[in-house]
Amino acid sequence: MKQQAVGKQTVKFDNPPIILSHASVVGEMEGQGPLASYFDQIEPDPAFGKDSWEEGESEMVRRACQTAISKSGITKSDIRYIFGGDLLGQLIGTTFGLKDFDIPVFGLYGACSTCGESLSLAAMTVAAGYAANALAVTSSHYGSAEKQFRFPLEYGNQRPLSATWTVTGSGAFIVSSTNTEQPMNQYPHITSVTTGKIVDYGVRDNMNMGACMAPAAADVIYQCLTDLQMKPTQFDKIITGDLGKIGSEILIKLLLDNGYDIISQHMDCGVEIYDNDKQDTHSGGSGCGCSAVTLSGYILHQMKEHIWQRVLFVPTGALLSTVSFNEGQTIPGTAHALVIEQKKE
Amino acid sequence: MKIKQNDDAYNKYVDAITPKHNSFINCANAFWIGGLICIIGQAIYDLSMNYFDCNKEDAASWTSTILVLLSVILTGFNVYKKIAKLGGAGALVPITGFANSVAAPTIEYQKEGEVFGKGVKVFTIAGPVILFGVFTSWVLGVIYWILKIAGIV
Repeated sequence: MKQQAVGKQTVKFDNPPIILSHASVVGEMEGQGPLASYFDQIEPDPAFGKDSWEEGESEMVRRACQTAISKSGITKSDIRYIFGGDLLGQLIGTTFGLKDFDIPVFGLYGACSTCGESLSLAAMTVAAGYAANALAVTSSHYGSAEKQFRFPLEYGNQRPLSATWTVTGSGAFIVSSTNTEQPMNQYPHITSVTTGKIVDYGVRDNMNMGACMAPAAADVIYQCLTDLQMKPTQFDKIITGDLGKIGSEILIKLLLDNGYDIISQHMDCGVEIYDNDKQDTHSGGSGCGCSAVTLSGYILHQMKEHIWQRVLFVPTGALLSTVSFNEGQTIPGTAHALVIEQKKE
Repeated sequence: MKIKQNDDAYNKYVDAITPKHNSFINCANAFWIGGLICIIGQAIYDLSMNYFDCNKEDAASWTSTILVLLSVILTGFNVYKKIAKLGGAGALVPITGFANSVAAPTIEYQKEGEVFGKGVKVFTIAGPVILFGVFTSWVLGVIYWILKIAGIV
């Protein structure tokens, strides 16, 4: 078999897997944002008809997977693996959402970068021939995340301007294999994945996640462009997960210092998902759901409409827990980069 | 990456570009919201003295009780959060803020049961206030006792 690993951290697929189908389920706040019309389901009940935020998050995961499967034309039994993750301790959002699907599961944690991690692993698995179809799913929920990482929802405090707002949403993607006879050019392809390292610039402010994650995003974008020997101008968009306004500004500067100007290509899911002035979300949206629903809803729509042919999708994550934070540790970041292409038919 | 900033330089840069709340506006909001809560307290106190024949101690107890009740009701309707967002410390320092910090976790952790949910988590935010409040009054009590023995007070 030909070597598909290129450069230091990238895998470039000989037969790039496709995203056969995808689905997004979001909460009310996201449903009032500028991307509302792109989502499959907007649920006004924050508990998704269940008793708690956590059960609600699981229900959201279940609905996202179910919708992706129904839209795909294949059945549940055609899916060999699920790669899933969320922000909650021991991945309870994912576990209880997936337990009735009866499909083998890999539970993943990459903080808010999990969407990139799950898609990368699903793509690698199907490209290697270990499965014909794999499902990648991630979720986050404002209520459950606030409860775990910050304060109870009803507690009154002032959020700094650099704080982000956890997106209530789940995105699911069915990744399927292709071969030279059937390149399936009508679907978007994941042509390469660059796995990110843990990057720590010593930031300790958990209310400024953008600053914690921007160096990791810069690092993986730099490595991806170097490994593939490409220039930012060869992409229609370079899309980060949830850096927010401040993190985006830092990312652009860090890459400029390293000789890559991405200012005209860069877009951030966290900045796009809310109308910051009207919805008072400060620096933007965050969470595993943020990049997942923006990819599923907005980005893949733009690609199917041939508005964008090639994008670099870079979900970003801040690696902390309340324990590491209280014990005074820094907040490292991580990010994974995927090249997604839509061929002209 | 080729060029990596050192941590100190990066943190300084982050600090420089991160927007901050305007302290003057924040202080002004804290002043009028905190002041308003105190006026409501004073009104309850005066009303109970003048119209309900309370003595000083009873009037003070009614004042705290009613303020706490109001805060808990507003917390339940998710209104206190909005007041605190605007008022900051002006809404957190008065007794109403304390009540909010006890009511909020009780609502949030209700789902985790009577003992391990509400029972364990009820003072997650207010716990330090109680602990250090009691400890401080104990220290002051000891100082007062020593000064009294020494004949200074």
